[in-house]
Amino acid sequence: MLNRDEDILKAAEDWQAAGHGVALATVVETWGSAPRPAGSSLVINDDGTFLGSVSGGCVEGAVVTEALDVIASGKPKMLEFGVADETAWNVGLSCGGTIRVFVEKVGQS
Amino acid sequence: MKLETLKAVNVERAARRPVIVVTDTDNGDQRLVKAADISSDPLRSELAKQLRMGKSGTIEAGGKKLFLNVYAPTARLVIVGAVHISQALAPLARSLDYDVTVVDPRTAFASPERFPDVPLIAEWPDVALPPLNIDHYTAFVALTHDPKIDDPALLHAFARDCFYIGALGSRKTHAKRGERLKAQGANDSDIARIHAPIGLAIGAVSPSEIAVAIMAEITAQLRLPKQEKEQAA
Repeated sequence: MLNRDEDILKAAEDWQAAGHGVALATVVETWGSAPRPAGSSLVINDDGTFLGSVSGGCVEGAVVTEALDVIASGKPKMLEFGVADETAWNVGLSCGGTIRVFVEKVGQS
Repeated sequence: MKLETLKAVNVERAARRPVIVVTDTDNGDQRLVKAADISSDPLRSELAKQLRMGKSGTIEAGGKKLFLNVYAPTARLVIVGAVHISQALAPLARSLDYDVTVVDPRTAFASPERFPDVPLIAEWPDVALPPLNIDHYTAFVALTHDPKIDDPALLHAFARDCFYIGALGSRKTHAKRGERLKAQGANDSDIARIHAPIGLAIGAVSPSEIAVAIMAEITAQLRLPKQEKEQAA
């Protein structure tokens, strides 16, 4: 079964209840041809397990890494991803769009 | 996100009530607005607009950048008729993230062997449909080809705010259906809500192809702006 937004948010609640550190990453703005619309989300726990998506798979790895920092620090972060620079092998979107992703810890006060 | 905010979002979603989470993306401040509270909210016009479009987005208000995350209920598909097309339609709709329910009073059709893992209600529409609380986030299709079952089901759908109504049958069958439904109190605007012949015109022949045509039409109804929807129909 695919992970729907409501399954993703339920997983966030369940992981938290099971004692995991959990972060929620949400696409808040898109420009150009972005793979997933604003509101799309990815939840990450402190094992590095994740559900959902904020892109077509291009930047999830980088978001998970940042999310682990956010779980540790408790401070939200705004990430921005643009077009991939192929010569530098940077993380980026091959579709030519730009997205901003807000990463926050679940359970922050 | 605060744990109580996350829990409240999950409770509202389980109850199929829309909810919006407003986040100040500069400092992480966040609050939750339930659908029922939008009209008394300081951001009511922005919130109402995003909810109407079913879209999340960032706005500027009072010098702040606010992200409005709209959690609309999961789209639902109610299929009247546990027929061959429905056997293809139910799993296809589920793969598109719809909650699917199949209704057919004929137990030979509405059997778990024919519909594994799909909620089935082997009752007449007048019994089966009212408890489903068909709402704006529901697509409704009548596929039995039997007026005894399809007609009362469609009359129920007219009384609800579902975003899509479709019914199986040729133009000729549909014209006769229109006459019958009007004799039972439906008006022209009710009849005009029915997509019939059902599905986008892609030359579908097999039950699976017809299921694709139906889901394509429902997707267009859900996603396209009004003008483009008319061109697709």
